[in-house]
Amino acid sequence: MSQADATLTAPPPARREKLVTADGTPLRRALERANRRRKLTALALVAPLLAFILIFFAFPIAQMMWRSVDNPQIVNALPRTLQALETWDGQGIPDEPVFAALHADMLEDLDRPRREQAIGPLGIRLNYELSAARSAISRTSRDVPNFEAPFSDAFTDAHRLWGQPELWRIIKREGRPLTASYYVAALDREYDEAGNIVQRDENRRIYVSLFGRTLALSLAITFMTFALGFPIAYFLANLPMRYANLLMIAVLLPFWTSLLVRTSAWIVLLQQQGVINELLVNIGLISDGNRLNMIYNQTGTIIAMTHILLPFMVLPLYSVMRTIPVTYTRAAKSLGATPWTAFRRVYFPQTLPGIGAGGVLVFIISIGYYITPALVGGQSGRMISNEIARHIQQSLNWGLAAALGTMLLVGVLVLYWLYNRLVGADSLKLG
Amino acid sequence: MSASESRDGFVVFDGVQKSYDGETLVVKDLNLSVGRGEFLTMLGPSGSGKTTCLMMLAGFETATHGEILLDGRPINSVPPHKRGIGMVFQNYALFPHMTVGENLSFPLEVRGMGKSDREKKIMRALDMVQMGAFANRRPAQLSGGQQQRIALARALVFEPELVLMDEPLGALDKQLREHMQFEITRLAHDLGITTVYVTHDQTEALTMSDNVAVFDDGRIQQLDPPDVLYEAPRNSFVAQFIGENNTLDGVIKEIRGETCIVELDGGEVIDAKPVNVNKVGERTTVSIRPERVESNKDRLGAHAHTIKAEVKEFIYMGDVFRTRLKVAGNENFIMKTRNAPDQVRHKPGDMIEIGWMPTDCRALDHA
Repeated sequence: MSQADATLTAPPPARREKLVTADGTPLRRALERANRRRKLTALALVAPLLAFILIFFAFPIAQMMWRSVDNPQIVNALPRTLQALETWDGQGIPDEPVFAALHADMLEDLDRPRREQAIGPLGIRLNYELSAARSAISRTSRDVPNFEAPFSDAFTDAHRLWGQPELWRIIKREGRPLTASYYVAALDREYDEAGNIVQRDENRRIYVSLFGRTLALSLAITFMTFALGFPIAYFLANLPMRYANLLMIAVLLPFWTSLLVRTSAWIVLLQQQGVINELLVNIGLISDGNRLNMIYNQTGTIIAMTHILLPFMVLPLYSVMRTIPVTYTRAAKSLGATPWTAFRRVYFPQTLPGIGAGGVLVFIISIGYYITPALVGGQSGRMISNEIARHIQQSLNWGLAAALGTMLLVGVLVLYWLYNRLVGADSLKLG
Repeated sequence: MSASESRDGFVVFDGVQKSYDGETLVVKDLNLSVGRGEFLTMLGPSGSGKTTCLMMLAGFETATHGEILLDGRPINSVPPHKRGIGMVFQNYALFPHMTVGENLSFPLEVRGMGKSDREKKIMRALDMVQMGAFANRRPAQLSGGQQQRIALARALVFEPELVLMDEPLGALDKQLREHMQFEITRLAHDLGITTVYVTHDQTEALTMSDNVAVFDDGRIQQLDPPDVLYEAPRNSFVAQFIGENNTLDGVIKEIRGETCIVELDGGEVIDAKPVNVNKVGERTTVSIRPERVESNKDRLGAHAHTIKAEVKEFIYMGDVFRTRLKVAGNENFIMKTRNAPDQVRHKPGDMIEIGWMPTDCRALDHA
């Protein structure tokens, strides 16, 4: 009797029967079937945006990242030469068979229809590594049909670069479908004669310090937006809704003005003969010879970008502060805290999700900002994105631009990961 | 009307007025004295000024005129954090980013208390509300009733002499609320602290308080112990606001000391006890509690006044019967009778005779 009771009250937990619906289908499958329609509808609603993001966002980014390592030019143009170079030890000038192979490669290329010729891209590619290489290639390729053996002399006569081991080392090193050389360049490094990666001469280092400056400027801008935005958000959050909405329009006003117009307005205000300098000179605060340099330098970038990005800090802060009831501060005061302690220990910690959201937003936007530094940054206020743009539009070294862009992307992701580890991204509140 | 002109209470409001917009007074000439160790409840409908009074006492609002004294010391210009008054807020206002222990530690830390003393006091306060095991939880992990206890413990942990409570039980369900009512009064009495409690729930006010101040229209309408408030309301607002109440409108025909004669609008003439009526010919509202009305002749006393009534509705409520009657033109006249073996269960449409003692029938100002 007692045994039967025991089994009744405590059935073995492992022997749970599979649940089925009234007609015998497993419950899980029935549930899936019931939910499928809803899932399909949801998918259909999301599909247009998903497709848009895939085509115009994910795909270009993947393309860009691919470009930073893609290296087909030498492999396409000089297959025989690369084969002949395999035995070369990298010292001195290669032997005659290599030059013969080069001759054969170039001759074959000249026979191809113009669109498919690989010599042009080859010159451009080699020029990234060695500045005279492009003219060497193009001049030589014109004369190649007239060359006669021994080809080593013919080539070195046509252009002196063929007599330099450096060019051959580059051809051998970059004669692979994938390359790290864009990243090597983006990190201010180069290959030495033995093929080791070493730092560039000090006067040729650009990108690392530019990355550092971009980081520092972005941090400064983030801090400035916080320092200016926090009091505004606090003020707005404690106003009656009517007035708060009205003043919020003032905060959002910059969004409704063209970026170019706003930036130009800063030029009018800040330049040497600008409104502020004129005013300071006229009231005698500074002399005419000591006009302040407030634009075309870092100061200009920080001022203009702080102005532009301020709403991105104010909005999340405001939305978080709105939800903090006044009773918390009151409770703190009733418990004996001075107004400052109540603010510091009770109010401020509750605004941290807003500060985090605003900070991450402003920082990530500003680290990739382009137009404002380009217009008001001058030389010292330039950021990494301006350098990327220069390589895309002017020097046409897309591989290097892609490498810089990828590094920027990875850097932002790493910083975001760090933020997530330290603060927790789920505490972000964007409004 | 002025409940206490004396300035010798522990908390004294002396001629306090408050206006937010400079045009209307939210609190009109408030005079109130709370004795040391007393449990005083400010009861009133929303907008009656009771919460404003509490906020002025806590220091979050300033009195437009008049003086507030705490232990004989004027505190009008003392900032809230220097008043040393414990406060329990409506939604508890537990700091969400701190654990329960840190919440309780906060008032002790800002007073510069050492760590070991703090821990001792926190444990004692938590044990006091039976929450000793919860020191490391966050407020969001607690139920409403538990948060309420923590809020109470936090308001008491720094041992204030005065504790203010602003509708602290409003967010709890009925059962928990009744339990907490009991606990709060027990704690307040055990610790001997003075409590000023704000509520709009009359049951809460009646069961918990030593004295209840009924607020309406920015004034204290009546300040008395619960039983006096219920049995002897001073005017028709208090009679209506506290408990259930039957009203009959009429005109004073004669006043003779402790009794007066009222001619009801239906023509009936009844005896009543004059409370705040002054002269013959004045319109009056007569108030009778439903449980003082009786239809069983055996239960009526010798001097009872009887009147004809028509039964409109009979509601069986278990322990009591509620009978809705039409009396002297009033169709919502309620009679509440105890469920006893000899009690009649009337049917709608019955014509019956009901009665009450003239002393239970109070002639008040016309509402």
